[in-house]
Amino acid sequence: MSDQAKVVVIDYQSGNIRSVTRALESVGVSPLITGDPSELPGADAVVFPGVGSGPAAMSALESRGLVAPLREYVESGRPFLGICLGLQLLLDRTEEGDANCLGIIPGSVRRLPEGLKVPHMGWNSVTVQAEHALLDGIPQNSHFYFVHSYYASPSESSWVAGSTEYGVPFCSVYAHSNLVATQFHPEKSGPVGLVIYRNFLSMIEKSRTKTLGSVA
Amino acid sequence: MLTKRIIPCLDVDAGRVVKGTSFVDIRDAGDPAELAYLYDREGGDELVFLDITASSDSRDTMVDVVRRVSDQVFIPLTVGGGIRSVEDVRRMLNAGADKVSLNTAAVNGPSLVSDGADQFGNQCIVVAIDAKRVTGPTGTQEPLPQDLPLDGDSRWEVYTHGGRTRTGLDAVKWAVRAVELGAGEILLTSMDADGHLAGYDLDLTRAISQAVPVPVIASGGAGTLEHLFEAFTDGQADAVLAASIFHYGTYSIGEAKDYLAGRGIPVRPRQAASQS
Repeated sequence: MSDQAKVVVIDYQSGNIRSVTRALESVGVSPLITGDPSELPGADAVVFPGVGSGPAAMSALESRGLVAPLREYVESGRPFLGICLGLQLLLDRTEEGDANCLGIIPGSVRRLPEGLKVPHMGWNSVTVQAEHALLDGIPQNSHFYFVHSYYASPSESSWVAGSTEYGVPFCSVYAHSNLVATQFHPEKSGPVGLVIYRNFLSMIEKSRTKTLGSVA
Repeated sequence: MLTKRIIPCLDVDAGRVVKGTSFVDIRDAGDPAELAYLYDREGGDELVFLDITASSDSRDTMVDVVRRVSDQVFIPLTVGGGIRSVEDVRRMLNAGADKVSLNTAAVNGPSLVSDGADQFGNQCIVVAIDAKRVTGPTGTQEPLPQDLPLDGDSRWEVYTHGGRTRTGLDAVKWAVRAVELGAGEILLTSMDADGHLAGYDLDLTRAISQAVPVPVIASGGAGTLEHLFEAFTDGQADAVLAASIFHYGTYSIGEAKDYLAGRGIPVRPRQAASQS
């Protein structure tokens, strides 16, 4: 492709942006790291990372004026990758501090069950539930790195492309057309994690080809 | 299923790894980034870098080490040693660390744990505890003002400053307090077992693991693969930290994982190196 895709990593002071950036760079993307909402309408793809507290992250998004632009971006159908808290924030509500989230994916965010070590921290396997471009070449039951205390529970199970068990089975990969999100950290999951980033790049290229085609 | 983690630990002095290593195909045995890359390829589940430099101006060097390692290695990194303020925590996380390990500074100023957890999330705050069995009479030491003094039931005491300073704190109580303050993980080192290669202190590991609701990393004493197995079973650890057993080439991480898998411990299989 002659011109570089504009890939925006949303920086709202929540977590290890550097690792996400390095992972993107390792597959050939030079992302724009910004918390400026005006960059979203012109983006070819958005990566939405996040760790830490859900309610604090929602406040940070609100204070930066990112809530409505994020919703509008996802509605446009262009590629969007949420990571960890960046998956959870897409749902309607979270039990963490009983707060509202972005309301992009119907469903809620729930606390992992009592009686387990929390956070769920370490390498756990992902059972592929549905085929999706994001999971191309990912072997069944591959291990990815997780760190979280809450989990996404989408009300529509057909978009749960990968699930993981920790006390309960939960959605570890959500994939609905170009809206994709993982509970694990692909940028911390070694080679198999970088496959996720490479697949996301393929989704971006496909989406741009389609857009350019429709213009021509 | 969540797997048990094997975490190689690298001691860094003035920007260089100082323990010997088993790798034969290595250009520079002291380069943290090269070692990190090799441990990653061998199947290390995370990496811990401990800054053992005594001077305070080593911070910049360590930030640079973390930056170089995180450029090349896509597994979790924990950095410890000499992190004293929320600003230190922020710098390490911004440099690419996923977690910081707090030891002496957490004992001397527990608000560092809560402030760090509030700002960055408890998943990135590891409290490291150096514990030693109580042998003589307790109560002779003036406890630090955390209200967790040793008592007649205490079995382990917290030490700081790399094991040189007694604190008068009960190790189990301190672990519980650290988690209440916001620690997302406990890195537990038995000073009695450390360096003896005769196995982890399983009683200590079990006592702490049962007392806290967060993962516990056992450290100190691993000399054989059986010791790793015991830490996960008798000791109820969620992860093991090991230095000597891997550095000196006694076993590779791959061998450790094969052994553990053969004895029914869930471990992450080595990934196909097709991507590198």
